[in-house]
Amino acid sequence: MRRVAIVGTGHTKFMFNSPKSGVELLAEASMDAINGSGLKPKDIQAIYCGNVLGDFSEGQGMIQSYLADDIGCFNVPASRFEGACASATMAIRDAYTWVASGFYDIVLVGGTEKATAMGTPLATRTFAMFSDGRYEYPSGITFPAVFAMLAHLYSKRYNIPLEKLKETLALVSVQSHEYGVKNPNAQFQKEITTEQVLRGFMVSSPLQLLDCCPFSDGAAALVVASEDVAKKLTDKPIYITGVGQASSGKLSAQYKYLPRLRAREVSVKQAYDMSGLKPEDIDVCELHDCFSIASLIAAESLGFAEFGKAGELWEKGETRIGGKIPINVSGGLKSKGHPIGATGASQAYEIVRQLRGELVDQGRQVEGAKVGLVDTLGGDGVIVSLILSAD
Amino acid sequence: MEYKLTYQTYNEALKKDKLLGLKCNNCGTITCPPKMTCQECTGTDLEVVELSGKGEIATFTTSFVASLGREGEAPYTIVLVELEEGAWLMGNLIDIDPSKVGMELIGRKVKLGHKVYPGDLYSAGEGVRPLFSFAD
Repeated sequence: MRRVAIVGTGHTKFMFNSPKSGVELLAEASMDAINGSGLKPKDIQAIYCGNVLGDFSEGQGMIQSYLADDIGCFNVPASRFEGACASATMAIRDAYTWVASGFYDIVLVGGTEKATAMGTPLATRTFAMFSDGRYEYPSGITFPAVFAMLAHLYSKRYNIPLEKLKETLALVSVQSHEYGVKNPNAQFQKEITTEQVLRGFMVSSPLQLLDCCPFSDGAAALVVASEDVAKKLTDKPIYITGVGQASSGKLSAQYKYLPRLRAREVSVKQAYDMSGLKPEDIDVCELHDCFSIASLIAAESLGFAEFGKAGELWEKGETRIGGKIPINVSGGLKSKGHPIGATGASQAYEIVRQLRGELVDQGRQVEGAKVGLVDTLGGDGVIVSLILSAD
Repeated sequence: MEYKLTYQTYNEALKKDKLLGLKCNNCGTITCPPKMTCQECTGTDLEVVELSGKGEIATFTTSFVASLGREGEAPYTIVLVELEEGAWLMGNLIDIDPSKVGMELIGRKVKLGHKVYPGDLYSAGEGVRPLFSFAD
């Protein structure tokens, strides 16, 4: 297997009600990634992109082919990945494997979503399609409800009084907004307080409005290349040194292991083993904070805290820049936004920029960051992990 | 390989308040809702059995935001119930005020009933949801 690097990146602003189509958004991010790599569309040998709900939000399937045509990558093989919120991370992992194998040298990878065009009722319906449609949707499961049930289970399992847990969870959202203010691509550009989180309307108990990420529109893209090509294109290639992916069944089938998610533990172990790194080697992490409780559950599975103890990371400021493991200093899904088909590419974009040292001007550079971790969760059944390294 | 206990058969039984599951003749695990293989050992020597429909609440949430076409149902309480036979089953909790329930629900003993979900454009027909009520 060859070494593989990310050589260029693109990212639109994440927002409500984008006036642009899903293809237009991804075309913009893609051209920024291609131009930033010193390449032309004709140099791209394949396109892998995440898009989850274009069928529902725009009446548009097969977005990958229209993207290829739109940006002048005529007739290249283009594939769409659907793994709910982890779609683009799946696409990156596959781009990695095809380039590492030697089949391709240069692949464009990205994702796009226009979830806000659906409005909240249809968006809630379609997001619930990533729970079991036969055995669990009839009970009215929604995506917030999945994590709400995990929050109550977490409180019980680890013997943390719910009120105390909710105060800790509020800190997660507060930190995300604080960094989102510094990220020009973020959907929310305002700070919030613990009191505001705890005053928000109840979405699915115990999760309130500001415990939840928003519906979002946006796109992000990366160019992935073999090491020899990458070294000719940039003096700052960011290598993909570890990848992992795992799946799991419906929530009830995960039963006694919950609130832990075994798939995440399997996936990240693959990535750690492949890179030869450990949790303590990670300098900066973008993890899947679709809901505040999801951050705690993820941080534990990724090895940053003991099970039941991740709240202390946020309470002690260890997740901030300067802390033990800066987490979601982009604003995360909570503040940066969560256009689901694009999210994995957005997380990888953030880590690439951190490892290149490009975020000093935004006031959120993790100084000297050399290794970063991307963690993306799709529905209750997909996890993808990526470890990126500056050398 | 033919599916031993299909969604349709499971649902028809649930409509009569009979909860069906699969007992693994290899390891003894009960898989419910049904699947092709045993939840634990992946064995395929499975036997359809009727379960007690009794268990205790493992976790819950009250949802105040519902999907398209189901807005009138909110607020409603969803529970994951650990059945006496070990499997977990998702359903709704009734005979409570959904907006007032809290952590005291966890561990409460419940028994099974059902309600038909008529389905929507995307559901390929109707579904049947377990409705749990207190048994203690």
